Amino acid sequence: MDYLLTEEQVMIRDLCRQITEEKIIPVAGEYDKNETFPWDIVKVIAQSDLFGVYIDEKYGGMGGGVLELCIAIEEFSRGCAGIALAYCGTALGTDPILIGGNEEQKEKYLPDIAAGKKLAAYAITEPAAGSDVSAIQTTAKKDGDHYILNGTKHFITNGGEAEIYTVFAVTNKAKGARGASLLIVEKDTPGFTFGKKEDKMGIRASATRELVFTDCKVPKENLIGKEGQGFLLAMKTFDMSRPGIGAQAVGIAQGALDVATKYAKERKQFEKSISSFQGIQFMLADMATKVEAARALVYASARQIDAGVKNLSKDSAMAKLFASDIAMEVTTDAVQILGGYGYMKEYPAEKYMRDAKITQIYEGTNQIQRNIIALNLIKETAQK
Amino acid sequence: MNVIVCIKQVPDTTQVQIDPETNTLIREGVESIINPFDTYAIEEGVRLKEKYGGKTTVISMGPPQAELALREALSLGCDEAILISDRAFAGSDTLATGYTLAMAIKKVKEYDLILCGKQASDGDTAQVGPGIATQLDIPQITYVKKIEEVQDKTMIAERSTEEGYEIIKTSLPCLITVVKEINEPRLPSLKGKMKAKKAEIPNWKAIDLDVDESQLGLPGSPTYVSKIFTPPPREKGQILEGDAREVTTKLVESIKDRLN
Repeated sequence: MDYLLTEEQVMIRDLCRQITEEKIIPVAGEYDKNETFPWDIVKVIAQSDLFGVYIDEKYGGMGGGVLELCIAIEEFSRGCAGIALAYCGTALGTDPILIGGNEEQKEKYLPDIAAGKKLAAYAITEPAAGSDVSAIQTTAKKDGDHYILNGTKHFITNGGEAEIYTVFAVTNKAKGARGASLLIVEKDTPGFTFGKKEDKMGIRASATRELVFTDCKVPKENLIGKEGQGFLLAMKTFDMSRPGIGAQAVGIAQGALDVATKYAKERKQFEKSISSFQGIQFMLADMATKVEAARALVYASARQIDAGVKNLSKDSAMAKLFASDIAMEVTTDAVQILGGYGYMKEYPAEKYMRDAKITQIYEGTNQIQRNIIALNLIKETAQK
Repeated sequence: MNVIVCIKQVPDTTQVQIDPETNTLIREGVESIINPFDTYAIEEGVRLKEKYGGKTTVISMGPPQAELALREALSLGCDEAILISDRAFAGSDTLATGYTLAMAIKKVKEYDLILCGKQASDGDTAQVGPGIATQLDIPQITYVKKIEEVQDKTMIAERSTEEGYEIIKTSLPCLITVVKEINEPRLPSLKGKMKAKKAEIPNWKAIDLDVDESQLGLPGSPTYVSKIFTPPPREKGQILEGDAREVTTKLVESIKDRLN
């Protein structure tokens, strides 16, 4: 389908596609097996100026927005969602600075991120606080010119590899949701260490790690927005980032569909290519239709964000929910089409299926997305 | 240092076939690419500029669509591009091509180094680079795998030979042809692609160059192609199995059989 992309967007897509074909696909299986963090591919993406597609030109970016970011994430994820996560995890860690950062913070951090010199990470999740963000226990106590950070974050994408972390912590417990704040914490800050690295089902080239803060002194200039705005900023960040996860899911699904279509044409049973059987044809047709519908929803929600439309939560939740559920369905069907080969690690289908699963879980489980959609739906109806 | 990179647009060799009737390449429907060996010359030209400053200019002689190859070179980091294209150049062999490119380079004037790929993947002659150097009467080093050092007026380079390598010191300006061991070409950058899209590429024609017209195009090309054919595929080899003694015996037997 023609999404009427601008010349610049087509250029981004083609360049990302070239990187995916030449640099990502050939190593995806090996990186998945060995859990290799893709620093060499990060360098290629950086050299091609792609880390800054969604960052203002003033800070060394290309001046695009969420759609440009989604186009890039989708292409990289078609090759390997784990490798792509070094890229989209950085965007997620950067979003709070883009949304709520002041001029000094933007000038200090964005140019290095846009140039791909530094990766970023977003740290909210804790062992006891997943879907329930209000259960956060990490604290940041004001002490003169600093905040003293204590607590543990876990399941943090790019943990240990990123240089810049946007960390969610409680600054005033008595105020509940209004007592949380977001702080920028740089790697190598005394009192900031890394704990356990997770051994995951999928996205294995991505680093998922624990962050440990022990009396970690963070300069007060690193507070994003004002004290107590943490929850609001976190939700705004998710509104903006969810289409990115949708794009990752679309990329995974497209990759699996490509593998399944190619295999169906090559595989012969009963002296015929299995793509000549209607049973396989209908599966492929349904898969392709679902992928296209997911892509259309992701792009539409990304365009809406870039156009500055307000009250985005419902639509961006729909994009993430739909695309990730589709990715799970399509990758499962791709494994089915490859049959016994699909189940074997020698073929790429099973990896897409393992990678797809996380898109239904992170950045708000799909149950949380349904909550958001339903709440907004009911609210809208009440206003009519 | 100012570098000139000469590139050629060629059909993607992985797709090329020869028309058995006419003995010419079937070009219809085949994608055009930058000659793969030239991509190493482009990368080296861009690296030299990044290291020593100056400017990297890429030039190509060919039909008007060779402009696409030049734009790609710009997206890979070259600063300027010049297309050498004219009906008068059509049918040029390696002698006429070397002459025409040399005359274009004379017009560019300021250069310290000329870079070419070791050969083009379509003709495989490896003659144009040396031809340019000869026409310009400057030193040349072919099959360079490493540039060791560049000084104000000299350069040291490693040259691959069949037996090993040679280290050669030369005065500048000079021309080198490069082999693929010299570097790993980068992918284009987004900023490079945008710049390349907008760039204005001048097209120099015969009239723009100080040339002897009898040395151009078909009239200036003494090469005569009597036949082009696809060589028969190499026969499959035989693998001898067993321990060293058995294999040696079998090998000697097999050689003896063939000699008889």
